[in-house]
Amino acid sequence: MTTPTPRVRMPATAKANEVVEVKTLISHEMESGNRKDKDGKAIPRKIIKQFVAKFDGKEILKADWHPAISANPYQSFFVRVPASGTFTFEWTDDDGSVYKAEQKVTVG
Amino acid sequence: MGDVKSARTRREFLAAAAAGTAVLTIAPGSVFADASHVAAEIEKAFTGKKLIEGKIKLDLPSIAENGLVVPLNFEVESPMTEKDYVKSVRLYAEGNPGPGLAEYHFSPMSPKAAAQIRIRLAKTQNIVAVAEMSNGEIYTAKKEVKVTIGGCGG
Repeated sequence: MTTPTPRVRMPATAKANEVVEVKTLISHEMESGNRKDKDGKAIPRKIIKQFVAKFDGKEILKADWHPAISANPYQSFFVRVPASGTFTFEWTDDDGSVYKAEQKVTVG
Repeated sequence: MGDVKSARTRREFLAAAAAGTAVLTIAPGSVFADASHVAAEIEKAFTGKKLIEGKIKLDLPSIAENGLVVPLNFEVESPMTEKDYVKSVRLYAEGNPGPGLAEYHFSPMSPKAAAQIRIRLAKTQNIVAVAEMSNGEIYTAKKEVKVTIGGCGG
């Protein structure tokens, strides 16, 4: 398996307290644990189980995902930009790996 | 000669189809959830609470051609202030191998209790959303999706 690559799309500049949409995508097979390989053996579950979005270290939203989330999970949601700062996004894998992305946003 | 050739083609096709099925078949013994499983999950999360219909806009296609990738969009009516905000939104499926889809936990830092995701649906079924407000009220919404080709390896 290749290393999952997170992608984040959001504006790099905003007005103070502006509400902006964030779109995220991460490449991941999201193996449900319900499938069998061609020899009839169950393929073990391996999904991204949690996503967290933060602004300057403070949590904005957290999502727990089940195997019913599609492969290469896409999501969009909204954040407020209180001031210039850094948004961080973290995806946690079943195996404990954490994939991170960040975006600096300037209030001008 | 033509017959022999076509017979072989058919045999190859069947073998390929069988192999494909083997790869995609759901493990025997895995049981699909139904409405009662979802009701039990909701009862476990919000024991004894009254569920009120409304406040949630749950947007899914009425007919999903491909159950592997079904867009799901939700938004809960709320001012999202320190005093009055949406704590969580739980999403359930009544006909998948497991009842849970996702749980979104919001805070007053979130400007809207909304998100768009993509989900897998094994067959035609109801999707249920349950929102917990900061004042303890629980709202719910339901939407049926007809699935032409199932996801989840079905």
